[in-house]
Amino acid sequence: MSAQPYSGGGAIWRELKKAPPSAKFGLAVICSYVFVALFAPVLTPYGESEIVGSAFEPWGEEYTFGTDSLGRDMLTRLLFGARNTVGIAFVTTCLAFLIGGVCGILAAAMSGWVDQILSRIIDILMAIPALIFALLLLTIFGTTISALIIVIAVLDSTRVFRIARAVSLNVVVLDFVEAARLRGENIGWITIREVLPNIMPPLVAEFGLRFCFVFLTIASLSFLGLGIQPPTADWGSMVRDNAALITYGDLTPLLPAGAIALLTVGVNFVVDWFLHKTSGLRDE
Amino acid sequence: MSSDSSTACGNEPLLEVRGLRIDGQTGDEWLEIVKGLDLTLCRGEVLGLIGESGAGKSTLGLAAMGFVRPGCRISGGEIIFDGIDLTRASENEKRDIWGVRIAYVAQSAAASFNPAHKLIDQFSESPVKHGIKGLADAEADAKDLYGRLRLPDPDNIGFRYPHQVSGGQLQRAMTAMALSCRPDLIIFDEPTTALDVTTQIEVLATIRDIVDQFNTAAIYITHDLAVVAQMADRIMVLQYGELVEEADTRTMMSAPREQYTRSLWAVTSFRKETVPKVAAQPLVEVENVTAAYGRDTVLHDINFKIYRGQTVAVVGESGSGKSTAARVITGLLPPQQGRVLIDGEVMPGNYRKRSTAQLRHAQMIYQMADTAVNPRHRIRDIIGRPLRFYLGMSGTKKENRIRELLDMIELEPDEYINRFPGELSGGQKQRICIARALAAEPDFIICDEVTSALDQIVAEGILKLLDRLQQELNLAYMFITHDLATVKAIADEVIVMLQGRIVEQGARDEMFTPPHHEYTDLLLSSVPEMDPDWLDELMIRRSKEGAMDSRSTS
Repeated sequence: MSAQPYSGGGAIWRELKKAPPSAKFGLAVICSYVFVALFAPVLTPYGESEIVGSAFEPWGEEYTFGTDSLGRDMLTRLLFGARNTVGIAFVTTCLAFLIGGVCGILAAAMSGWVDQILSRIIDILMAIPALIFALLLLTIFGTTISALIIVIAVLDSTRVFRIARAVSLNVVVLDFVEAARLRGENIGWITIREVLPNIMPPLVAEFGLRFCFVFLTIASLSFLGLGIQPPTADWGSMVRDNAALITYGDLTPLLPAGAIALLTVGVNFVVDWFLHKTSGLRDE
Repeated sequence: MSSDSSTACGNEPLLEVRGLRIDGQTGDEWLEIVKGLDLTLCRGEVLGLIGESGAGKSTLGLAAMGFVRPGCRISGGEIIFDGIDLTRASENEKRDIWGVRIAYVAQSAAASFNPAHKLIDQFSESPVKHGIKGLADAEADAKDLYGRLRLPDPDNIGFRYPHQVSGGQLQRAMTAMALSCRPDLIIFDEPTTALDVTTQIEVLATIRDIVDQFNTAAIYITHDLAVVAQMADRIMVLQYGELVEEADTRTMMSAPREQYTRSLWAVTSFRKETVPKVAAQPLVEVENVTAAYGRDTVLHDINFKIYRGQTVAVVGESGSGKSTAARVITGLLPPQQGRVLIDGEVMPGNYRKRSTAQLRHAQMIYQMADTAVNPRHRIRDIIGRPLRFYLGMSGTKKENRIRELLDMIELEPDEYINRFPGELSGGQKQRICIARALAAEPDFIICDEVTSALDQIVAEGILKLLDRLQQELNLAYMFITHDLATVKAIADEVIVMLQGRIVEQGARDEMFTPPHHEYTDLLLSSVPEMDPDWLDELMIRRSKEGAMDSRSTS
């Protein structure tokens, strides 16, 4: 465990300058996605689900990437897709970390029966294949966006729980936690002020990875028709809707797929760099 | 330094280091940590390297093998071992030398053995691999060496795994392993620092015998002056990677030339004024306490009292139950029988059931200051939290009190208040722990081995600080330690523990004057003294008395 203290804004900027090209590339990708997601209505020529022409128009002046099966502009939907897919994935990941992280640290800090009950529940959840379980739950609760977020967050929080509990176990045995207990601090203080800051590096690294997986899960659920529902634009369903075009040698369905791939790669570059920094490994 | 030392060898010196410079990497910068050292070692000679941590003594010791730790590099000078320059030797050449002609004994034998293999297999590995002996010969040799190192049951002990033997035995097994190829040079890096005094003396005596028997040269690295006085023919004192002074042991002990050396020699001189018991009512009473971890009873019917303004030192070797006694007082381990009273009030056995006011009375300072403060909190928050939690302070009032406390522990408030613990030295961190304990305005502080992880000079500073605070604030201390020099320095009362029982207790001066309980006597006589002849005389005396009872050798 490196005892590197948090540093101010200047230090973060200096670290960024020293970052390897892959990490800079990853950061650039993430920043541009965030930018597009935030300003999608301004950047796009048409409305999100506005039918602007006939189906499957080719690429050209009027429609940069052509139109889809219903005659909606591809470019517009791609940009709005960033907003929906990335935004929902981000909220879901945050929720997963909130649930998994808090439960994980609590299990480690309180041990005994609290740990036993939480861990066994998580074991059961993990025993069922996540995608199939998600399909089942979404069929029961309906495919609203909030149901989607909660179901995926809960299913994904199991892995966060595991990692949070494992790293916390190494922290809760340290003397400063014992000192806090002997001071009479309650469990909330111990969880948030004593343990959490010390397990941040692995959690942040895990955040990047989990974000990718959540993102992919949403995309695959959408592809299967149980994710984000039409007419909302999202990349998973865009691939499905236009998949037929591939057989005619048209690259259009690869655009949303490529957008997914690019973000996944970008996030992983940044996570790798972050892991490298926090684990103290050196380049050979 | 002394140019005549190479001629003193008769012929060629075994090891000659000239103008050695080693750099260490911090971030992107290279800092020089060994700054042009010279060293000459003859066959059969034992050289002691001493200095505080960070003096570069371990780095120099490893460099004598031609080895540098990852993150370090040799930037100048040469290391000539029996005619071979190790700075230029290839990895293969070095591999032929390591383990065969130069061996290394690390501080923690427990961490250096592979837990998955039997001792004797690890012993045989090197001679068999280098083709010096066959497996059967190597095993026979191991049994012979185990015998010479006075390990119990030498014929069979080798067939145990590392976790099945004690720390002192493991350290001796490690020494045996180092000898397996009959090296010309052995480097001992603090081989007894992690051991109890009673075990340490055994290991020291056997190491010295063995070095004599095989005429092996050795470099003995330690921060303990009394130990080095017993072991070395010649001593080098290092500070900040530079040589301070070099002389043969007797000259060095009797007439050190440099100021720094004298300051190292003087540190054990601190003595606290003993305070007579004034209060009629004891502050802390431990009554008939029996405690257990699971089914293992580790405390048997313990009774003692601590008075206001007094220091009670609890001594004993590891596993004697001294830390467990502290855990019972703080409520971390509820006792099975008996009770703890603080200021006349019966404390609930479990700390969770104690009120905030009850918890405030007794504070704790830990051995490892590194882990006792949260590395992610600033000093302001570490000291400020008890102020807010116990005393409800906030805003300027709290800020002023934090600064006042930093002044009390002799750290400049403006400079330190915004730092993180990672930006402090070990001694400073321990001072922060003291400030955090004081912030609660306690009557009673438990100090669990608070100086054992620190260098002597730093430790002395901490002891003086604790003593001053005690006088100013009329605090009571329970001082847990295995170091009898510390006990002599600070205790009013002494409690000696053995296997969960108190074997003797009384005022300090009584404890250090005979007659003693048999075990106290063994403890006291095992503390190395600065006299270079002490070990010889002690071993002769003990063998005459036959005082090597089975307990100390096991």
